[in-house]
Amino acid sequence: MDYKDIIAKYADMPGGIIESFHAIQKELSYLPEEAIVEAAKVFNIPAAEAYGVATFYSMFSTNSRGKNVIRICESAPCHVAGAAEVVAALERELGIKMGESTPDGLFALEFTECVGQCQATPVITINGKPYLDVSPAKIPGILAEYK
Amino acid sequence: MAEEMRIVLRNYGKIDPLKIEDYIAQGGYKPLEKARSMDKEALIDEVKKSNLRGRGGAGFNCGQKWLFAYKADSDVKYVICNADEGEPGTYKDRMIMENDPHTVLEGMAICGYAIGATKGYIYLRGEYPQLVDILNTAIAQAKEKGVLGEFDIEVRSGAGAYVCGEETALIESIEGKRGEPRYKPPYPPVEGLWNKPTIVNNVETFANIPVILEKGGDWYASIGVPSYPGTKVFTLTGDINNKTFFEVPTNTTVRELIYKFGGGIPGGKKFKAVQIGGTSGAFLSEEQLDTPVAFDNMAAVGATLGSGAVFVLDESRDVVDVTTRIAKFFEHESCGKCAPCREGTARMHELMEKLNAGKGSAADIALLERLGRVMSYSCLCGLGQAAPTPVLTTIERFQADYNAKLM
Repeated sequence: MDYKDIIAKYADMPGGIIESFHAIQKELSYLPEEAIVEAAKVFNIPAAEAYGVATFYSMFSTNSRGKNVIRICESAPCHVAGAAEVVAALERELGIKMGESTPDGLFALEFTECVGQCQATPVITINGKPYLDVSPAKIPGILAEYK
Repeated sequence: MAEEMRIVLRNYGKIDPLKIEDYIAQGGYKPLEKARSMDKEALIDEVKKSNLRGRGGAGFNCGQKWLFAYKADSDVKYVICNADEGEPGTYKDRMIMENDPHTVLEGMAICGYAIGATKGYIYLRGEYPQLVDILNTAIAQAKEKGVLGEFDIEVRSGAGAYVCGEETALIESIEGKRGEPRYKPPYPPVEGLWNKPTIVNNVETFANIPVILEKGGDWYASIGVPSYPGTKVFTLTGDINNKTFFEVPTNTTVRELIYKFGGGIPGGKKFKAVQIGGTSGAFLSEEQLDTPVAFDNMAAVGATLGSGAVFVLDESRDVVDVTTRIAKFFEHESCGKCAPCREGTARMHELMEKLNAGKGSAADIALLERLGRVMSYSCLCGLGQAAPTPVLTTIERFQADYNAKLM
């Protein structure tokens, strides 16, 4: 779906710009500049303000990134459970560093703070889906689901 | 010894959360019916009598808050459920919403009737996309059954900003803005969402309401510690055998949480430290373990009950390293609106990194203490005010860990 059609669906929702950004990211994985400008027009706010919203929230990206967004929790409970080893394993497996995307556009690698699944640390999420008790050994199997 | 007691999690494992019939079969939506047959002031009085205090961390008297909104003169008012559960180590609200979404809707509808609001929002953290469907299914079922009457509920998703757990930042976010806290007063019960009187309560607070209506304020007030009665849901993380959740009366002690419910420390190791209330909470050492978990008892040992997270560290852990990680969290989550927090969290993280790398001196520790004190009273919202707590309490209680890393 075109970003214009997505934004139009939220036009009558008071304060709906954030919901429209979520919906755009579901399709495109990030918020292109044209989409932010369009949202500003539809929600009747200055483009600078819409950009301010897009850059305030850590789940929104204004840069193009991989289709499947992998987020690794680095909050204290995951930190003591060995999150650093999971980070190293993901970087090794994907051949990219944290904050980067794979050249084929399949994966993006990001840090996140707590995702609220602390019963089974360390935790990663892929497109919002949590994976629990993650260890370096489990990484290839998890990534295979998305290849 | 305290036993587990389930009030907010009373239907956990007993009902299919996606079937409203199951909830109704357990007596669900009867309290709402009862509430609607009551005079509004009498209803608020019953909630006040229960002495239920906000479960999101601030501990404000729930009925009192409702009374402010009830008295505010406005044709439009709002009820907001704060489901922006972002405190690291906490997932209690997720447990409640996943397993019993209707209790939250019912609590909100009771509040709506009490204060005169017909519209409610659930502000759900962006990290819980799977809950959007559960909540929307529950809302659709409640509408179909007609149990909510004219009260309407809408789910809005956050997008990964810890500060949005602060109620005025949350309100800004629902309005489609950057989630930066507002200057207070006015407080939300007087001027909140779209400048209308608004009640913002935590998921766990709302989940208590139907039971209070069913069994009465006096019954609720008699459970646990009188100044903060009822139960609290705790989530145990870190070096603990039972990494899970428990709902216990508020007179339960921290020691009971760790050793009785948590099953103690794994691998035969010794206890070293516990952080209560989430990442902004205080670290306690062995000497403070017999403190009851209730709000004021925690405050007496310089701690906060917060969200009910219990993060345990065993003897092998480096407290300075963990605290450095926490300092990084606050630098990242500071919204940047006020200088004491924006600058303070950055400098605090910088100094902690220096100490953690073995390059710090006693002067750096003194600087951290001074910076922390200033932040605790000069920051605009609770985020910046609480951010120094883990640093200050570890300096006070785990001095040996700091000294071992001095240059």
